[in-house]
Amino acid sequence: MDFNEADKKLIVELQAGLPLVSRPFAELGERVGLSEAQVLGRVREWKEAGVLRRLGAALRHRKVGYSGNALLVWKIPEDRVGEVGKKFAALPEVSHCYERQVLPQWPYSLYTMVHGATEEACLALAKKLVDLAGVSEHDYDVLYSYAELKKSSMEYFAD
Amino acid sequence: MDQIDRDLLNQIQEEIPVTERPYAQMAESLGISEEEVIERLAVFKNQEVIRRMGGVFDSRRLGYKGTLCAMKVPRERIEEVAAIINQYTGITHNYLRRHDYNMWFTLLSRSLEKTEKILAEIRRKTGIDDLMDLPSRRFFKVRVNFDVKAT
Repeated sequence: MDFNEADKKLIVELQAGLPLVSRPFAELGERVGLSEAQVLGRVREWKEAGVLRRLGAALRHRKVGYSGNALLVWKIPEDRVGEVGKKFAALPEVSHCYERQVLPQWPYSLYTMVHGATEEACLALAKKLVDLAGVSEHDYDVLYSYAELKKSSMEYFAD
Repeated sequence: MDQIDRDLLNQIQEEIPVTERPYAQMAESLGISEEEVIERLAVFKNQEVIRRMGGVFDSRRLGYKGTLCAMKVPRERIEEVAAIINQYTGITHNYLRRHDYNMWFTLLSRSLEKTEKILAEIRRKTGIDDLMDLPSRRFFKVRVNFDVKAT
């Protein structure tokens, strides 16, 4: 999909935030030189095409009781990655699930992220995934996050 | 936080209606006024319960490449190295994790060349060579909603 200059400006504005006014799409339109109807049309089109995943709020997890997260990395044979990845993705506790390139010193091909109030809660979730995938204890690792050094939203078309 | 607050937070994480007056539409299902929805959301933003409220774009469809990187950073250099890494706008998340590879960050950029250039720069500026670049090969899921329950 191609984006003209007004589109790019609108994407940057939408990404920065929906204004807290009665007619937020009209306000965004004013900022980028489009009418309210044009803005609504583009937003609907982008949602339909999957360019815009969703329009909604992101909460600060640490403020709503999900203080910890763990990245679980899995050594899964090439021919099983698809099957196990789909199983993991279907779990509500799993927020992210990706297959990534392996490296000689890093044989893990599948990555999942789980969230919990404590490290123990994250480990319990990891156990659930271990049972589901049927992997041995040597074939995965739990990387608990003990500090957040940066968490921001992407600034698209900034460079 | 009352029940209306929790319902509002669960609803606003799911989807903001794409209509002329989205807050009025949300207000209707919550049984409060449009002004009250806007007021409550403003409070959540001020308290930083809501980190961001707007569009979540699929970076790949906007022409960006994403990767996950991991680095072995000596404990006493964490702050200094994080300061170098965090200055890149394409690096949106950076976490310390319990592992020899202790610093994990995500990087979005316009091209693979740009990604390589940034990683080479980070290696040079930090003097740390042990940096893994783990680009995604297949995407299964991203979900960032959290159920806000009464506690």
